[in-house]
Amino acid sequence: MNTPSQASPAPERGGRPQPLLVVRDLKKHFPVRDSGFGGPRKFVHAVDGVNFSVPKGKTLGIVGESGCGKSTTARLVARLMPADAGSLIFDGEGVAEFRGLHLKEFRRKLQMVFQDSFASLNPRLTIAETVAYGPRVHGTPAAKAMQQARELLDRVGLDAANFANRYPHELSGGQRQRVNIARALAYDPQLVILDEAVAALDKSVQAQVLNLLQELKAERGLTYLFISHDLHVVHYLSDYVMVMYLGQVIETGPVERIYGHTAHPYTRALLSAVPSMDPARRTEASPLAGDPPNPINPPSGCRFRDRCPRAHAVCADRAPELAAIHGAPEHFAACHLNDTASGHPDAGQEFSA
Amino acid sequence: MSATLPLPSPVAVSAAQPSRSYWAVVWRQLRRDPMALAAGGVLLLIIAAAVFAPWLAPADPYKASMIKRLLPIGSSGFLLGTDELGRDLLTRLMYGGRLSLLMGVVPVLAAFGIGTAIGLFAGYVGGKVNMVIMRVLDVFYAFPSVLLAVAISGALGPGLSNSLIALTLVFVPQVVRVAESVTIQVRQLDYIEAARMSGASAFSIIRVHVLGNVLGPVFVYATGLLSVSMILASGLSFLGLGVKPPEPEWGLMLNTLRSAIYSNPWVAALPGLLIFVTSIAFNLLADSVRSAMDIRR
Ligand SMILES: Nc1ncnc2c1ncn2[C@@H]1O[C@H](COP(=O)(O)OP(=O)(O)OP(=O)(O)O)[C@@H](O)[C@H]1O
Ligand SMILES: [Mg+2]
Repeated sequence: MNTPSQASPAPERGGRPQPLLVVRDLKKHFPVRDSGFGGPRKFVHAVDGVNFSVPKGKTLGIVGESGCGKSTTARLVARLMPADAGSLIFDGEGVAEFRGLHLKEFRRKLQMVFQDSFASLNPRLTIAETVAYGPRVHGTPAAKAMQQARELLDRVGLDAANFANRYPHELSGGQRQRVNIARALAYDPQLVILDEAVAALDKSVQAQVLNLLQELKAERGLTYLFISHDLHVVHYLSDYVMVMYLGQVIETGPVERIYGHTAHPYTRALLSAVPSMDPARRTEASPLAGDPPNPINPPSGCRFRDRCPRAHAVCADRAPELAAIHGAPEHFAACHLNDTASGHPDAGQEFSA
Repeated sequence: MSATLPLPSPVAVSAAQPSRSYWAVVWRQLRRDPMALAAGGVLLLIIAAAVFAPWLAPADPYKASMIKRLLPIGSSGFLLGTDELGRDLLTRLMYGGRLSLLMGVVPVLAAFGIGTAIGLFAGYVGGKVNMVIMRVLDVFYAFPSVLLAVAISGALGPGLSNSLIALTLVFVPQVVRVAESVTIQVRQLDYIEAARMSGASAFSIIRVHVLGNVLGPVFVYATGLLSVSMILASGLSFLGLGVKPPEPEWGLMLNTLRSAIYSNPWVAALPGLLIFVTSIAFNLLADSVRSAMDIRR
């Protein structure tokens, strides 16, 4: 039961929760079919050396622009596709060697809710059948699985007497997403990955589903990996935030740190692109111009330098490491500005977020 | 009239109507479609006439008479006239439907079963296995159906069962193609990923989640093949590659009656007319099934 980190922590040292999931150096490169003849084989660097950990009972929010590798990271963690490199440690056990029965057990403990509430429900099954399917696969007798499914539907706010025998097309988007949540909870998972789970819902429905998620988390001691475009929602739900850019983690830390004292120009740009409630911050024009660079040929050095307002020669030469921010526990950022030894002329100056 | 009329809440309304399974909805749609009803009615009539021919037919289908050859439609005792050997044409058309319908339906059913199985497997497994299967089938697919049917049944030799095999072989690659492409579409949907997350075996996922969603489109495609199969079967018999005389079969009858096309054109055209009507009815029904199954869900 060792965490991979340097010191093996005593249980609940100083009240700090143990990591439920530790991800080390995760990589996934998708081969690209290109038209060129005999040219070198090209790859999309979808996930390129990602490290993070999620403490038990906490929510890690993952943010970043479209295509930065959030969903791929989620799928790799869920073992829906094989990783090219890296290790996963779940509840103290390495996941890479999970096969057959072990993999089946692992999957029980980790569930996923997808963005498209319609595509994630089989149109030919009633919603009770959908929720009962997983437990049945794991050997629960049919009648019992159906009974549990009805109870779960009640719990997520869908009156089972009314809804259990309906088909997905007879439900609204919010109701369908409740079904997906019920299915994810059908066998007491420890970790639930929510990949844009509320993105397709109306604001008011979104708020209801978010509240439900919060309640369920408290009730069942769940840990969430919450992927979202919506920085307000991430702020509301997360304990920790991880910012990704072109397949890499560029900043991670406690939510209030990231939203209050970000240590990376990209995060800053993302946050200022959000229409703020605070008029003082609204005046600033978004410094985030253009599209992210091509993930097939990421820029040398820091991948954000093309769009960074504070880029210097050193940013093209060397890629910044994800390093601890001085004086801020658990806050890490990959930017030369934070490192006085990096050679960046502005390095060491306080970030004015 | 009045804005204060109490409206039932939307929840109450939808709760009042019981949920229907997909096939129940399709069936209800079909029953409401006049084209489906008409085509279905015609087909039922033709099928009933063929199935109950031994009890309904006015004469013996094999009893020839040299003096009563090629009587015109409406002759006394021979409602639809007689053929080139003096046999009652109505009787032979009724009996002929048995073989012609059999040859229309059986190869399609067989190809539906075999093709769906292969297509599901190829589509779900994917990768190299899929590529090998699909490339092999492409070889068959490249030939026009007629040519392939004639070639295979020519190689196997004439006869009913050989024609059935030949036609099945013609349709299998076509069904596999449809089943494979639908499977590939279904496989990437999130509910398959969710099922994989539950730790279910590939077999369970295919049976519960893939099959039910692939069957529909493949079924629609297969109903469209019924008319093709009928026409190809008749064509094989017409060419002497299907059933042999004196067996009554529409395609074969068309062949043997063709010498009478100038002396008694109406009689000679009757088997062709039946092939035409039946295949049109199959096609119209297939269209109705397609639109009935196209409910957005
Ligand atoms: N199966 C795949 N084959 C090839 N490339 C892929 C595949 N899946 C993802 N990619 C590529 O990997 C990169 C990361 O994709 P991913 O779906 O993880 O992004 P994302 O952060 O989830 O984006 P979004 O916010 O739009 O959902 C993209 O450039 C994408 O085109
Ligand atoms: Mg995504």
